[in-house]
Amino acid sequence: MSSDTLIDANWLDYLLVAIYFGFVLGIGVMARRSVSDSIDFFLSGRSLPAWVTGLAFISANLGAVEIMGMSANGAEIGLSTFHYFWVGAVPAMLFLGVVMMPFYYGSKVRSVPEFMFKRFGTGAHLVNAISFAVAQLLIAGVNLALLAGIVHALLGWPIWVALIVAGAVVLSYITLGGLSAAIYNEVLQFFVIVASLLPLTLIGLHRVGGWNGLTDKISAASESASSASEAPAAAQQLNAWPGQALSGFDSPILSVVGIVFGLGFVLSFGYWTTNFVEVQRAMASDSISAARKTPIIGAFPKMFIPFIVIIPGMVSAVLVTEMIDLKNGGTPSGGASGDGVAYNDALLLLMRDVLPNGLLGLAIAGLLAAFMAGMAANISAFNTVFSYDLWQRYIRKDHSDDYYLRIGRLATVGATVIAIFTAQIAMGYDNVMNYLQTLFGFFNAPLFATFILGMFWKRMTPTAGWVGLVAGTLSALAVDRSAAAGLFELSGQGTAFLAASVAFVVDIVLSIVVSLVTKPKPASELRGLVYSETPREDRTDPNEAAMPWYQRTLPLAGIALAMVIVLNFVF
Amino acid sequence: MPDTTDTTTAGDTAGQPHKAGLFDIRNIIGALMGIYGVILTLAGLLGEHEPEKTGGINANLWTGLALLVVGAFFITWARLKPIVVPDHVDPPDDDPTRPAPQRKRPPVH
Repeated sequence: MSSDTLIDANWLDYLLVAIYFGFVLGIGVMARRSVSDSIDFFLSGRSLPAWVTGLAFISANLGAVEIMGMSANGAEIGLSTFHYFWVGAVPAMLFLGVVMMPFYYGSKVRSVPEFMFKRFGTGAHLVNAISFAVAQLLIAGVNLALLAGIVHALLGWPIWVALIVAGAVVLSYITLGGLSAAIYNEVLQFFVIVASLLPLTLIGLHRVGGWNGLTDKISAASESASSASEAPAAAQQLNAWPGQALSGFDSPILSVVGIVFGLGFVLSFGYWTTNFVEVQRAMASDSISAARKTPIIGAFPKMFIPFIVIIPGMVSAVLVTEMIDLKNGGTPSGGASGDGVAYNDALLLLMRDVLPNGLLGLAIAGLLAAFMAGMAANISAFNTVFSYDLWQRYIRKDHSDDYYLRIGRLATVGATVIAIFTAQIAMGYDNVMNYLQTLFGFFNAPLFATFILGMFWKRMTPTAGWVGLVAGTLSALAVDRSAAAGLFELSGQGTAFLAASVAFVVDIVLSIVVSLVTKPKPASELRGLVYSETPREDRTDPNEAAMPWYQRTLPLAGIALAMVIVLNFVF
Repeated sequence: MPDTTDTTTAGDTAGQPHKAGLFDIRNIIGALMGIYGVILTLAGLLGEHEPEKTGGINANLWTGLALLVVGAFFITWARLKPIVVPDHVDPPDDDPTRPAPQRKRPPVH
């Protein structure tokens, strides 16, 4: 039976996976029973040192997107993928820490729809709550598709059975309460993932003859590529800039502009600054100062994560038979989805080829943990927005707390079932990263535009809030659909970058126009919501000046920025 | 057993602060990494070596040893600089974006 599965795991691997889940469930049970005042102390969060919230911050994001999507991207287009980290994440994380975080911490907003309600009122709140809920369901589908892919690879079950089983497993993981210890689990998960991906990278590089061996093999493969191959030229795969392989633009200058504005500004600032799944990790720390340092400390490991996700993808593309064939334009059979190998399988196939039993189990544990936690976070975010922001506010007001908890549980089950279907959409994409960036363009780019304008321009009116959001999302959809209809063509993630940029610009322009002809909120209602109306003492920590320089926000952010600039020049 | 707070603190030597002990996240990380380290080291020493996969390196053994070092580092760190739990701790307020079990309900608008 094991001979027809993609990955050949034995008892040792299952033991390592079981130990991990034993730990996670054990923490969940301890947390529920509150066996010790110590655990209450930790879970209440107010004590957490910045390195813990910082790791939890990036770990909440180190799910399917990062691991499978980035390695798929690495296999397909090479080093340009680094932009997702060095242009597309680190600057936005620093911005979040330096500019936005004091604001969030001070205004005590707990979710994006909540901010929208306070700033713009019902219209923007309703639009945002619905689009947020839809986005969470679609992204949960991505996580579920990848999770099912691993189950399929391990056990050889048909993909639809794997989907249903994986959905059931996530559901029980959520209801067993393993998540009340979310921060513990996320930090643990970070170490398990690094412990499995670092050896994978090193062994993989060793197998292809080191870094030089890898570059030689990529060049050779590119030269001998058949005409059916759509892989970019070797020079593009081996240099991060100008990144035409990523953006799909022919002109290098346009490509740089596209990456810096589309990915670096709109998509990544939109993602990191409005993503409360992550921002809430920072809110768990004990002071404004620690909250600001959370994303900045997270930026340091974030800079080096690409080395252990992208390089294995690149190695996989020159070492694994099926991947070589795929990149050469072939259509090898097999793969996690069961109908042909895709770039998404790069990491799993490399694990199969280079990891001995034992390390293999460690890697499987890390991947399962990441996708389950990712999907659970999506589903619970959906759950909150659905029960409190939509159901309670618009459909059934003034019922008992138990009533809303029941609705929440039903929403959890419903969301899991829907995710089984949205997973089908995700599986239609050869490289999940393309799909995810498209989604972010629809949902995050307009949101960020409205957010940032509403925060810094007190004149912006409630009507402009919802009009901007709707028009932004619709224009991103229009760009995506016209690309799908073949009106123009950009390979890589260029379409997603363009859609995001258009959404951003349309949102800003329309918001300004609409604001000028409608009536703004009185300034007295905007304290804590608009920058100029929030007094400085609400935004800073008086104790920070007394700390040594390496514990202060701005010097840390400066070091991180300098490091990421150096990395950009080296590669 | 939410009422054990006082007895635990009183059970410690008078004047000694109450340590986080097992629940210190560094101990949990150290324990998991340590257990993985032991298992992988043993697998590397006793199990079948698969040089055709790893290119001749005993990957389980080396990873196992590295994990033992990491585990030891976290446990030593937690020993040297223990976290002190204050006498009175408020029960945590569950993250509202996370699912059940909820200890405190989100406020009704």
